[in-house]
This record gives sequence, structure tokens and C-alpha cells, in this order.
Amino acid sequence: MLQIKNLHVSVDGNEILRGIDLEVPTGAVHAIMGPNGSGKSTLARVLAGQEAYEVTQGEVIFDGKDLLEMDPEERAREGVFMAFQYPVEIPGVSNTYFLKAALNAVRKHRGLTEIDAMEFLTLVRQKMKLVQMEESLLHRPVNEGFSGGEKKRNEIFHMAVLEPRLAVLDETDSGLDIDALRIVADGVNVLRQQDRSFLLITHYQRLLNYIIPDRVHVLLDGRIVRSGGKELALELEEKGYVWLEEAAAQPVGA
Amino acid sequence: METTSTSTIEQFAAQEYKFGFVTDIEQENIPPGLSEDVVRLISAKKEEPEWLLEWRLRAYRHWLTMEEPRWANIHHAPIDYQSIIYYAAPKAKGSGPKSLDEVDPELLKTYEKLGIPLHEREILAGVSNIAVDAVFDSVSVATTFKAKLADMGIIFSSFSEAVREHPELVKKYLGSVVPYTDNFYATLNSAVFSDGSFVYIPKGVRCPMELSTYFRINAKNSGQFERTLIIADEGAHVSYLEGCTAPMRDENQLHAAVVELVALDNATIKYSTVQNWYPGDENGKGGIYNFVTKRGKCEGRASKISWTQVETGSAITWKYPSVILKGDDSIGEFYSVALTKGWQQADTGTKMIHIGKNTKSNIVSKGISAGHGQNTYRGSVKILKGADGARNFSQCDSMLIGQDCGAHTFPYIDVQNPTAQMEHEATTSKIGEDQIFYCNQRGISTEDAVSMIVNGFCKEVFRELPMEFAVEAQKLLAVNLEGSVG
Repeated sequence: MLQIKNLHVSVDGNEILRGIDLEVPTGAVHAIMGPNGSGKSTLARVLAGQEAYEVTQGEVIFDGKDLLEMDPEERAREGVFMAFQYPVEIPGVSNTYFLKAALNAVRKHRGLTEIDAMEFLTLVRQKMKLVQMEESLLHRPVNEGFSGGEKKRNEIFHMAVLEPRLAVLDETDSGLDIDALRIVADGVNVLRQQDRSFLLITHYQRLLNYIIPDRVHVLLDGRIVRSGGKELALELEEKGYVWLEEAAAQPVGA
Repeated sequence: METTSTSTIEQFAAQEYKFGFVTDIEQENIPPGLSEDVVRLISAKKEEPEWLLEWRLRAYRHWLTMEEPRWANIHHAPIDYQSIIYYAAPKAKGSGPKSLDEVDPELLKTYEKLGIPLHEREILAGVSNIAVDAVFDSVSVATTFKAKLADMGIIFSSFSEAVREHPELVKKYLGSVVPYTDNFYATLNSAVFSDGSFVYIPKGVRCPMELSTYFRINAKNSGQFERTLIIADEGAHVSYLEGCTAPMRDENQLHAAVVELVALDNATIKYSTVQNWYPGDENGKGGIYNFVTKRGKCEGRASKISWTQVETGSAITWKYPSVILKGDDSIGEFYSVALTKGWQQADTGTKMIHIGKNTKSNIVSKGISAGHGQNTYRGSVKILKGADGARNFSQCDSMLIGQDCGAHTFPYIDVQNPTAQMEHEATTSKIGEDQIFYCNQRGISTEDAVSMIVNGFCKEVFRELPMEFAVEAQKLLAVNLEGSVG
């Protein structure tokens, strides 16, 4: 579903990603782990299309299409969803109004008719239950005055409604207490299905106790330095990132 | 991210004005220029009584002693008052239209094009529930639903007609809220005002429909100086709306209107404005100078006057809809959305003057600036000595879109009574690239995102508008923001 080839990305002239190669098959859940400043969030934002990031080399193919050619909204309509590390507040715009506009934009792109108010309400109720979201959050302005945990749950709720093909979760676990983390993880797990892929970006192994990944990749200094199965996360938990940093510092062929 | 905001500005400037067409109709204009003779000529054309001519002349003589105000945060080339045409009217066939059937079809077409319903049939068929007074340049061309309203004792007519039919009411209230000496533009208006609307709601009557006036400037080089007077007698209720547009012209045109509202005991007047005069082109050429004096007087106890305005047009807007809270327990409200884009300038706000006991005022102002727009909130809250227990709440929020615009807030507070309670809140925010990106990431286009964010910002004001106008206002804002980002 997603192929990243030799991706180089700079911000203000500084190279952050220095040649990423990654393939996420349809239906797979991959985790990207790494210390602060390794480029994890940059990768997520480049996939979503944030403009501050300049792709200097490489390509990203999504469902056979050149993802980097598309505007952010086009990527979203094609089925790329990013759960934000810091979800943005939009005062005065209710969560439902926002979601309806988003869903209709996606539906229009897919050649479907706009969803009417009743259908939308039914859909929203059903998804709300799925991700254990309180009804009160529906009618409040998007993320405004939400607690950290509520914001993250709202992201998962948006994901449930928009039904993306690829979901990128950018440090969705950060700042969550254990109960909130469990609710978020449960939300992801119920949305896990054969035709949907996930890319989990996380600093800690903790999230991966609840969402079991198919593959784990370690990002260090803008490169993937190691890939492995779910047990790699445990190894990192035990040893930290230092041993990998040391290994990465060895000259090639040493 | 820089790219987005740059294109935001460019696109904003390129925004088109949808109401810029000119109606090709035979006009009767008087030559440009202002003198006592012109004042006499206007009065004569309207067949006015002697007392009104005298009033106009007093105003004109006073105006000669005045200077343009310079304190507002606006900039424009000097206005040549001798180059303005002070009276322009579509040429009357006979003595003016008695009913809609006699109105020139060109005019009806114009209003149709503007989306203003002048056919009562259509309105009765459920399209909307509004009575309209249509003012075209200096004259009122049609007033709908007069007969139906008259059955309830409600007077809704053009100002000229009110002078003929109800001189005692006009004489009693004209200038009672905005005296002819009030300010440069109001005084000019008092001398040369042409037409406008007149409303009287009798004791205890609740007006069953929205009343509205639609102002259209059409003639070239003309000014529009309309005058509106609304009186709500004891216990009466009325909701009134005005809308306005003008053709696109390279010259600036002056619009200097006066609106006076009088609310007696327990009366309520709700006055809503959706102002969309031509704002000028992308280089700041042309556009309406909108220098307007609007004031209401809560004369009676427990009366209420509420101003709601959505100001999206005009090259320059200079207006401060105000309330004099004279009656005990009276309430004044001001809800405002002002959008400036391109090279538009707005200096707008309100004055709340608390005289009576336990009077309350509430101010909510939302300023949006984009392109090179400059947006100033200027408000004054005055609590006089006798105003025991007076309360005011003011909230002024500004939103900036792009790098070249500006927002300014000048609140003046004068409290002479120690029991008064005042609250003032002010915020300035930038429409965030992060907000737009968040919307984009959910599939929403940048254009829709801007419109959504701005509408969210204005929500507290829009909910004060009558339902159908709230929808109109949102659409208008969306249209004005159209193409704001690339």
C-alpha cells in the first residue's frame, strides 16, 4: 500500500530525513520508534503533506500513486489520515459540523453523494460507541477546551468516521495516562482490518503493549537503522536507544 | 507554510464583487455641488413642508462651520463636496409609483438580480416573511406589505411619504436622537437627506414580520444620504434589517446616512445590518465611503435596543451604532462582524451611554482583516453619575489573515458612578496555518477551511441575526473569502 523509497527531507536547509526506505503492505501495522529528534514526526508530516517540509530526493507511492504530487486535502481524500500529535483547536466550529464537511469532501472525491443529516447522525452514533467517545464532545467546538486525552480520542473518532486506507498516528500515546492510552489503543484495534494499514509513530514501547505491530522500525538520525518483529520493541525498552546509536556510529563495513 | 499565507493575500485581493452591475435607467439628476439652493431644490422636489426646509437649512448653515473629523484611524484623499450629486432618482412616470405594478420593470429586475423580493405574491408563497422598502439612489421605489401592516396600525413607508402622511410623528422624533448639529456627516445628511425608511409600531404591537430596507446606489458621482427613523411605542417589538450594494465604479462614492431609533417603555428594537457596498478594486481604486451615524435611544424604562451588523463592503467604514440608555433597566446591545480585505479600512464600534439606573450594555465585536485591510474597533462606554448599578460587558476579538493587514482596538471607558460593573475582554488571533492544515488533512479544501474558521470566529454575532439573514451573512462572508487562499 505504501512504499517509501530513498526519502530525503529538509527543513530550512537542514536535512532531517536522510534516505528512508520503507514498505507497509495492505492491512499491516508498522511501528516507527526512535528517540527525540530522530525524524519520526517529520516522516508523519511529510506523508500528510505539511508544506514546511521539503522533499529533496526520493519518492512515496501510495496505492500506486505518487503521494508527493498531491495536495494535503487530496491525500486525505485518497485515504491518508494522520492523527496529530497536537490536535488543533477550531473555536466556534462544532465537531460534528467539521466532521460532516470532512466526510462529504472525502465522499465527493470517491464519487459518492453527500451524506444527509440523518444518515450522518446514525453513522456518528455508531462510531462514537466504537471508540468510546462521549456524546458531549460531538457538539463542542473542535478540540476547544478538550483535555489532552479527549483530543487524542477525538483523533481516533475522526479516523473511525473517515475510514482511511492508511492511518498515521503521530505520537498519539504521548501525554496519555494508562486509561486514556487503553481507550485509544482499543479504538485502533477495532479499526484494524485487512484493507487498512497503520503507521504508529512512538517514542515509547508502552503503546505497543496494546497495539501489537507486525513490524517495528527504529529511526535514528534520519535513517532506519534496524527493523524487526514486535520483539524489537521490547529489546529497545530494555536497552534504550544507545546501543543502536553506537552501532550506527560505526563506519560502514566495520 | 509561508507559501500558503502569501497566496492567501494575493487571492484575497483578486476577489470579485458580485453586485457591481449598473442598471441602465433614465435618471433625473441635479447638477453636482452643494449650496442653499440645492438644499431648497431637494426639499422642493420632495414637496416638503416649510418646517422641514427650515430644519435642513439650519443644518446646512451649521455644516458650513464644521470640519471633517480627523480622529478616526482611516486614510483617504480629501473629499470634494462640490463634485457630488446630491439628488439622483430614476425618472418618474407621472407622480411616482402607487403600487408595484407601476414600478419600472428595469428596477424590479435590478432587485430581482440582487435577490430582494419585491413581489408580495412570491413572498406570500412562502419564500420569505419580510416586508421590504427598496431605496434606489435618492428615492424609495417600492414598499411591500404596507396594507397588511397598516391593519395592525404599523406604519412602514418611505421617509418622504411619512413626511406627507404623518408629519406630527416625523416632526416630534426627527433629530431627537441624532440632532442636526451632531457631527460633520450627520449634519450634512440633515441638510441633504433624500429618502429612507420610516417605521412606527404602535403601543403593545409586536410586528409580525421582519421589516427591511434595501439600499442601492446606482447613479454615477452621486452620494447617498438616506435617513431612517424607527419608533417603537410602549411595549412594541420590531426587528428591522437593512442591506446595501452598489455598482463597481472607479470613483469613490459617499454614503452618509443617519439612523435614529426610539424605544419607549418596554419596547424592543432589533436593528440588523448586512452591509456590502462596493469595496473598491484590487488596487484600492473606487469603492464607497460609508460614513454613517446610527444611534438609538432607550427612552422608556425596560426598553431594549440591539444593533447587529455584518460589515463586509465599502472602501472605508466609519460607523458607531450607539445606544443612549436613558430609561431605568434599559438594555443596549451591539454585535458586530467587520471584514476588511484588499485595501479596505474600517473604523467601527459603538457607544453605550448609561444614564438610567440598572442599565445594561453588551458589546461583542469581531474584526477580521486580510490582504492590506485595516480594522479598528473603537468603542466608548460611559456611565453617568445617576446610573446606579449599571453594567457593561465588552468583548473585542480580532483575527488576522496574512502578513500585511492590521487590527486595532481603542476602548474608551468613562465611569462616574462607583456602583457600576465593567468587564472588558480583548483577543487577537491569527488564522493559523496549523488550523488550515488540520482541515486539509481531514479532506477539507483550504477555501472551505478559511470560511469555516472565520464563520466559527463570528458565531456569537451570527446567532443574533434573524435566521434567514444569518444564513445570508455566512454565505456573504464565504463569498467574500472566496479565492482567499490558493
